[in-house]
Amino acid sequence: MNGVGTAADERSTVSQRSSVLEHHFRDLEQQRGASTLGMWIFLATEVMFFGVLFLGYTAYRVVYHESFAEGSHHLKLLLGSINTVVLLSSSLTMALAVHAAQLGRSKALVSFLLMTMLLGVAFLGIKALEYYYEYEERLVPGLNFAYSGSNAGHVELFFILYFFMTGLHAFHLTVGIGLVAVIAFLAWRGRYTAEYHTPVELTGLYWHFVDVIWVFLFPLLYLIDRYR
Amino acid sequence: MTTEQVVSPKTYLLVFAALLGLLLLTVAVAFIDLGLFNIVVALGIATAKALLIALYFMHLRYGDRLMWVVAAGGAFWLGILLTLTMSDYLTRGWIPIPGK
Repeated sequence: MNGVGTAADERSTVSQRSSVLEHHFRDLEQQRGASTLGMWIFLATEVMFFGVLFLGYTAYRVVYHESFAEGSHHLKLLLGSINTVVLLSSSLTMALAVHAAQLGRSKALVSFLLMTMLLGVAFLGIKALEYYYEYEERLVPGLNFAYSGSNAGHVELFFILYFFMTGLHAFHLTVGIGLVAVIAFLAWRGRYTAEYHTPVELTGLYWHFVDVIWVFLFPLLYLIDRYR
Repeated sequence: MTTEQVVSPKTYLLVFAALLGLLLLTVAVAFIDLGLFNIVVALGIATAKALLIALYFMHLRYGDRLMWVVAAGGAFWLGILLTLTMSDYLTRGWIPIPGK
């Protein structure tokens, strides 16, 4: 685009631009800025969405600290740690996917998106395995919670929060996997170029946000007073 | 207006390595008795990880000020939610209630 392209190049670039540029934006740059800002605002509302659960968790952990530590010791630390590595890896492949999109490398873009999806599915699989173990140990409130001990009620409260928070997170991840699948399909069809790939970036933002939520969930749920 | 920033894969790999290091650290520290500081360290490490993800993976570092305001706004309002509520829960025992 430094004045070295042929007239045909120029025309195809112009038609490419007009096909992805909405009429109310001055140029692609402005459109991209508006989209990105909109995504950040959505993520800020997501912070509030998860925020109430973190608030409930904080309040009850302060009041029933002992029971929360007791409940935390029943979670599978190894599986949780492996899952954290899986999710962090998926964020890396997502970042590399955006990088590939920026350089217009469609094949690499599709590959990285598929890897991201695969890691996301692996996370859900490991999480499901954890849920299964907790079901076996009769730790699922409302389903089969049976716990002996003087703190049973408060331990149950911990597990209610555990299932709600990890469940809402898993739901978000499921949505993320669906989004990445759509983006991967469109990328495979050649929809994104070095010039226009905003949907890839926005999906990336959502994916990383879901990762950030887990980064807080992991120590809060799995690591309470492990030294005991 | 934000201009698009291309971050090198090397940077992403370094950030990823740092994230894994912090994960190891937070698990290791959980097995040491630091009393009240266990939760402080755990949340400190989680915040550091979240910042690394937001700044590099989410390109916040290269974003414009408006993006910073929105991102900080989300965290700030969460802070209000937690602070005001906990200022109730944490201070309940401080003043005796007559007749109770």
